[in-house]
Amino acid sequence: MKKTEVCLTVNGVTHHLGLSPNALLLNVLRDELGLTGAKYGCGTGQCGLCTVLVNGRAVLSCLTLAVAVDGADIVTVEGLSRPDGSLDPIQEAFLDHGAIQCGYCTPAMVITAKDLLNRNAHPTEPEIREQIEGTLCRCTGYLSIVRAIKSCGDRAGAPAPRPSPMKKSR
Amino acid sequence: MTQMEYAKPRSFKELDGIFESAKGPLRFIAGGTNVVPDLRAGTISPRLLVDLSGLKEMAYIREVKGEIAIGALSTISDILASRVICDKAPLLFQAARHLGSPLTRNRATIGGNLADASPAADTAPSLLAMGAMVHTRRRRGKERTIPLDRFFLGPNKTILAKDEIITRITFAKPKDPSRGRYLKLGLRNAMTISVASLAVSLEPEGSSFGGARIGLGAVAPTPVRAYLVEKKLASGAMDPKNIEACAQLITKEISPISDIRASADYRKRVVAVLFQRAIQAAVNGGTP
Ligand SMILES: Cc1cc2nc3c(=O)[nH]c(=O)nc-3n(C[C@H](O)[C@H](O)[C@H](O)COP(=O)(O)OP(=O)(O)OC[C@H]3O[C@@H](n4cnc5c(N)ncnc54)[C@H](O)[C@@H]3O)c2cc1C
Repeated sequence: MKKTEVCLTVNGVTHHLGLSPNALLLNVLRDELGLTGAKYGCGTGQCGLCTVLVNGRAVLSCLTLAVAVDGADIVTVEGLSRPDGSLDPIQEAFLDHGAIQCGYCTPAMVITAKDLLNRNAHPTEPEIREQIEGTLCRCTGYLSIVRAIKSCGDRAGAPAPRPSPMKKSR
Repeated sequence: MTQMEYAKPRSFKELDGIFESAKGPLRFIAGGTNVVPDLRAGTISPRLLVDLSGLKEMAYIREVKGEIAIGALSTISDILASRVICDKAPLLFQAARHLGSPLTRNRATIGGNLADASPAADTAPSLLAMGAMVHTRRRRGKERTIPLDRFFLGPNKTILAKDEIITRITFAKPKDPSRGRYLKLGLRNAMTISVASLAVSLEPEGSSFGGARIGLGAVAPTPVRAYLVEKKLASGAMDPKNIEACAQLITKEISPISDIRASADYRKRVVAVLFQRAIQAAVNGGTP
């Protein structure tokens, strides 16, 4: 298959890659760039384990062609910690609340939470539950995960809720 | 699949150029949430994949002179983040809220949802109930406007020609946005494909059921308007008796199938229930 030149900035590092049109973003991240945080789960968008941030929004990398996000800024779980190695507050919160058991969904959960917290520093519990509804965890029963995400919002200083369309109740 | 090439036009002019030089079947891709699974499953194998996501002029949501216009590339998340849709077309907001998960919504586009023509497409019933129009463009700038109720031809079949793309969807701003309701029944509450779905839109309070519009999903080969029911609603009083009679009629106006999610018989029964709940909610100003 004819290769297409694709430029991806992943965790702050820019890569120029020659890729087939059908190369999935997930496979490029894992196999070409060695970033194995994002996982292959179902391959059909049902489980959410391949989630990464593309231009700040959480997307399913197994349903995204790498050529289609040429020029994008991508963040995987490997890119969340600071240069000095210290963890992102959401990662700390997952540790503090024991929101990890087998760990397979954790990179995706953390990234999915990050997408929400970036837009909404103080999400309510229903907002958190809605955000993670496409990310499956078979161990924790979700309670500790919801608590961990909530604690990040609570820690982010005085709540300054701003009415936004997405805040409307169902 | 080994032969597939890829093109990402940045303008309609570039798109026209691609049409002129294309050999063999081409397939459009927007968010890819339907196309990528289909490519992977081998159910489609285009020679050329034409990525519409570079046509930035198709990503907007606007209100102009009483009309709401949504560019085909607007994602479901864009719709949920739009003040215009939230305040002025909550019927579409409610539908967007029910489509997939946030992860899907971040890439899924409204144009892709309609062009895919799933009988269960979540944005379709609400758009039907608001009398939406689909605006398209073919090569060399040929444009047309298709009422949504004439857009779908069958499961995954639309009236679109091979070189025709949806550019935008428009509808008149609802007179009283609170008088509409979208209800979806799935096998669970989150991240689910409809067993049946229904959108109701009513004229402002005080009037009769005249002008009521009903869109249905997953109960016929395509999303459909319930014209017979609308007529019967309008000809009767705004009372429980009329609603009950229309709930009976709606089961006759649909042609559901039995599939992995539900039997045809079950779908008929639940549509009658959804109808009664939605109309009651719409009468009450959006709250059930
Ligand atoms: C996990 C998961 C859950 C889902 N849940 C739901 C759900 O609950 N409800 C629901 O309705 N859908 C659901 N979907 C289906 C899908 O996400 C939606 O239909 C989505 O809106 C498709 O948009 P897209 O941009 O991704 O389309 P694409 O996959 O890019 O394209 C879909 C089709 O439309 C054509 N197309 C795209 N844009 C245009 C255009 N502008 N002009 C002409 N043709 C065009 C393509 O050629 C293709 O045939 C789900 C999908 C997944 C993977």
